[in-house]
Order: sequence, then structure tokens, then C-alpha cells
Amino acid sequence: MTRHSPISLARLWGIVVKEFVQMRRDRLTFGMILGIPLLQLLLFGFAINGDPRHLPAGIIMSDHGPQGRTILAALRNSTYFDFTRQLNSEAEGREALARGDVQFVINIPENFTRDLIRGERPAILVEADATDPAATGNALGSLSTILNEGLSHDLKGPLTFLASNPGPIDLRVHALYNPEAITHYNIVPGLMGVILTMTMVMITGLAITRERERGTMENLLSMPTRPTEVLLGKIIPYIVVGYIQVGLILTAARYIFHVPMEGNLGLLLAAALIFIAANLAMGITFSTIARNQLQAMQLAFFVFLPSILLSGFMFPFRGMPAWAQCIGELFPLTHFLRIVRGILLKNNGADAVINELWPIALFAAVMLTIGIKRYRQTLD
Amino acid sequence: MSEGFAIDVQGMTKRFGDRTVVNKINLQVRAGEIYGFLGPNGSGKTTFIRMLCGLLRADEGKGTCLGYDLLTQSEEIKRHVGYMTQRFSFYEDLSIAENLDFVARMYGVANRRQAVRESIKQLGLAGRQDQLTGELSGGWKQRVALAACLIHHPKLLLLDEPTAGVDPKARRDFWEQLHQLAAQGLTVLVTTHYMDEAERCHRLAYISYGNLLTHGTLAEVIARARLTTWAVSGPDLPGLAGELRSSSGIDQAVAFGTSLHVSGSDRAALQSAIAPYRTDKYEWHEIDSSLEDVFIHLMQSSQDNFAA
Repeated sequence: MTRHSPISLARLWGIVVKEFVQMRRDRLTFGMILGIPLLQLLLFGFAINGDPRHLPAGIIMSDHGPQGRTILAALRNSTYFDFTRQLNSEAEGREALARGDVQFVINIPENFTRDLIRGERPAILVEADATDPAATGNALGSLSTILNEGLSHDLKGPLTFLASNPGPIDLRVHALYNPEAITHYNIVPGLMGVILTMTMVMITGLAITRERERGTMENLLSMPTRPTEVLLGKIIPYIVVGYIQVGLILTAARYIFHVPMEGNLGLLLAAALIFIAANLAMGITFSTIARNQLQAMQLAFFVFLPSILLSGFMFPFRGMPAWAQCIGELFPLTHFLRIVRGILLKNNGADAVINELWPIALFAAVMLTIGIKRYRQTLD
Repeated sequence: MSEGFAIDVQGMTKRFGDRTVVNKINLQVRAGEIYGFLGPNGSGKTTFIRMLCGLLRADEGKGTCLGYDLLTQSEEIKRHVGYMTQRFSFYEDLSIAENLDFVARMYGVANRRQAVRESIKQLGLAGRQDQLTGELSGGWKQRVALAACLIHHPKLLLLDEPTAGVDPKARRDFWEQLHQLAAQGLTVLVTTHYMDEAERCHRLAYISYGNLLTHGTLAEVIARARLTTWAVSGPDLPGLAGELRSSSGIDQAVAFGTSLHVSGSDRAALQSAIAPYRTDKYEWHEIDSSLEDVFIHLMQSSQDNFAA
């Protein structure tokens, strides 16, 4: 007497086998299943660094004595600072900080050595780009220890008295742009880029695949419509959507998070246009590669994830190893974050913005070209 | 246009992988003609039509469509062809008017608004123009699709099973309209499974497993098949059909209502095969082979060829 069991194992197994076969056939999805966790492991394991070191720093060295050099060596030995720029004036220092060329400017004043030895506690001015508090926090926190330990080798014999309280030097740190280290100031403008990336890529990513899935593609292709028309026709409406998002985020930033808005909003909106277009072009291109809507979504995530992790949104860009920074430079989001933060927090002008804008424009052009090339005018 | 042919193609071939879906088909369709394209499911009809309107690239073959080269002038062909897909392929989330407007824009129709209004009126869709096409029934969808295909005044209409799932009245209206359009000079290539529709075409072609098996007018197609058909009525026709099917000389025995159509391509062999059954029990008489008899015969013999 066989009882009717609620589940047939044979049938269940049949379905399992079928699913595996389908999965194997769908190479892209299968690739994603492996690719996403691998990517995450790599990024979290190697690229993300909460204690960024080797941050680019500029030095204004007006002192020619041995202790000035000691300070410099101590900073370098700490591995927090890489002195990449020799600067001649404070103004030059400010400019390098605004452009994001350096994270710190260290100013060792004239007659530093003399004043030190006289016990006059000469000042060392450290200016930091504190837009992202996480990037500068640790370096600044350990600054005084680094300097005191570095000098302690020199301050021996007759100079020992200098090492006692209140210390041989007067360290002055200026955290620029975000002096209170309010992470909102950094995160909220960044979110603008992140949200635009996510939604823009996603929306257009589905655009062509949806046509294909619903069978309307056959009709569209039988009409005398050109690929560029189709692709741009699907991009343009979403630029409007993008601007609506920008408006919402800016409003929230101003009135909810009280993010300072130092710079020119017109400039920001202009830059946003290029950025939105780049993301839409990327989405459209994915749409021509993916065979169905699910694949398009997965492709969107495939780019979204590293964009978020490697752009400097979540973790300090300069905390990542060189190779990760290289990858990060490829993403429009990386550049757009610098633009938004630059305009809102640093009052950056057009020339600083253009520096970051051309990689985005290039990206958009390359993506759109691929999209048009990939767009199949036949059903083959 | 080459000698008045709207479609004039030679050796059209399409392969998907190592499967030949359309095999060296030659076809000539005269301008202003309704040309019926028949064949079993999966015989390559849709693929052939897609090659004609530039949706698929032919692997081999050449020819012209409306006088434009099939391989190099697909843009021009698309401009003058209306293609109605097998599955409704307009936007179901757009209204009737919006769909027509979109298509009119794609073809750059002059006086677009006017054209859309007229198209809606002509098809008796007035009052429903703001309805989403996704909510329409099969018959209405078909009307909308046809209206959309005609809005740019094409010279050639390619219809892929346009009346599948449409009721007889709507089908009749549809064919009425096709004949009117053809009388105005429009050329129509239409695929169908319905015999009554096939008989309404000026000319026919039958395609099976990618091969063009026969073509011509209705009379020509039937005559060319050289099929002899006898109708038989009497008791236990299914039993008789079973016996007849196994005897040589008989290609098919198909039930038609209360009679059985027995056909064979060899007249003498057929007669000797049915001789033992020509008793008082059954009533036999020879009839003209119908198009359906011919097509079933063609389908069976091509399957045999395919299996061999």
C-alpha cells in the first residue's frame, strides 16, 4: 500500500537537475554567482583599509636646519605621509588641497631649528583636507606622537630639557573643509553619486532587454529606426529623472543634514549632467549585452558594487593599495564624488572640476560607442 | 521593380548552427498579389519573412524586395514594408492612439496626427483609441496591429499568421480588407494554417522543413500534386481507415465528417488497393482532391524525406 506523500523526491530531483542545466546554459548568471562573492572577498579582504597610509602630502620647507629634516624624516617613517609635492607658499598649498592633489600640507616655518633649540616652541602647521574624516583621522591623531618621538633622538644631552612639557614644538592642525569631522558632510554629497549610479544604470539596463523579452524588439527592428536613435531615445528621458534625484538629494543635504554648500550649484548641475549621461550610457550598453532583464540587473550590480567600494564613498580612496586605486579611477562615481565634495565643501571652481570631469565624459563616450556597436539591428 | 515582382528572391538560405531552417528558396511575388505562404509549424515561414524585411541576415541567396537589394538596401525596404509579427508586438502599456502615433513617428509619416486619426476611424477603433492595447482582445489587437502596419502606406505587407486565434467573422472582415488593399496595388505575403484563407490567396507556396515543395495558383497546386482521392462512407470508418492506411498505394486516409478521404499519388495503385473494400457495405465515389488533401499529402511525404 503506497501512501501519497506530499512531495515526490523523483520529481524534486528532476527539477533540481533541470535548474542546474539551465544555470549552466546561462553562462552570465553563472559567472555572476561566482563573480560577486569573489569580488566582495577581494575588495573587503585587500582593498579596504580603515587606516589609510601613504597619503600624499605637500611640504613647505622654509627651514634649513637639521631639526626640520628630522621632522620630515619622522613623518615619512610613520608611513602615513608620502611627500609628493614641494610647495613654495601657503597659497600654493591651499590650491593643492582644493584640487585634491594632496591630503596634507605640512608647513615648517623659517628658523624652525633655531627657534626649537632656543626653546621657543616653534609652530608646525599641518593643514589637512578633512572632507573625508576617515582618511585623515588616524594620520592626524598620531601626528604629535610621531613628531615627539622623531625629535627625541635629537633632543639629547644639553637639549634634553626641550623634551619636557609642554613639548618642544607647537603643533597646529587645521582640518580644512570639514573641521568638525562631521561624516555627513562627506557621506551625503557622496550619496548623490551613489544613488545616481544605482538607479540610472538599473533603469536603462532594463530598457533594451525589456523590449526583447516582451517581443516588441522584433517590431522596433522592422521599422527604419537607427541604433543611435533607439539608444539615445532611451537615455534622454532618464536625464530628467536624474535631475529630479539630484534636486531631492541637494534639498535633503541642505535642510536635513545641513551640509555646507560653498560652491556654485550651477557648476554642480552641469557636472551632474555628464555624470548622469555616463551612467545611462553604461546601462544601455549592459542592456545590449544582457539577454534578459535579470542578466541586465546582475550586470548593473557587478559594476555598482566595486563603484561603491572603490570610489572613496565608503572607504577613504587613499587608504586603498595602488592597484585598487587604479580600478577606482575607472569609475565615473570616483570622479563625481570628488566633484560634488569639491564644489559643496571646498568651493572648487570650474578648472578643478574639469580635471575630474573629462574622465567621466570619456567613460560616457566609450560606453555609448560600445552600446551602439553592440546594438543588433537584426534578430540574429 | 524587376518585371513587376514585389518580391523576387533566389536561393534564400538561413542556418541556425548546423540546422538549415530555410533551404535555397526561390520566390517571386507579383505586385498587387495576395500570396499565401503555408507549411507546418517550424517549417521556416517566419524565418523567411524575417529575412525579407531585414530582421535576419540570409546566409545565402540574393534578390530584391520592392526593387531594393535585399542584402544592401535593407533601410529602404524597411521604409516601404509593413510587417505584422506573429505575436502582438506593439507596446501593451501604450494606448491604441499612442502606439499608432509611435509607429507613425518611426516612419516619419507626413501629417502624423491626421494619419493617426484617419487610421483609427478607418479601422472602426474610434472611441477606443485611449484604451491600452494590453487590455484588448485578440481580434482587436490584430486590428490595431494591422492599422499600425498600414499607417505609413507600405507597398508590401508581410503578415505572419495574422488571424491565429481570431474568430471567423473577424477573419472574414480581415480578408475583405486585404483584398481591398491588394486591389489598390498593395502586395501581401501572408502565412496561415487555415485552408479557407489559403483558398482566398491569388497564389500559394507550400514550405516544409525549409524546402519550398510547391507553388502556384490554387488550381495549379492541386493539379501538380497528381493526387487521386476517393470518398467513402459506411460503417466503422475508423476501422476501415486503419486497414487502408497499412495497404500500399494509399498515402492517406483522413476522416471528413461522415466520410473518409482516401488519397494516393498513383491512381492505378490506389484503385487496386481499395478494390477489396468496394462492397455493398461502403459507398465509394471519386472526388476532386482538396487543398487540404494536397497539403496533408505534402506534409507526410516531406516528413518521410526528412526522416530518410
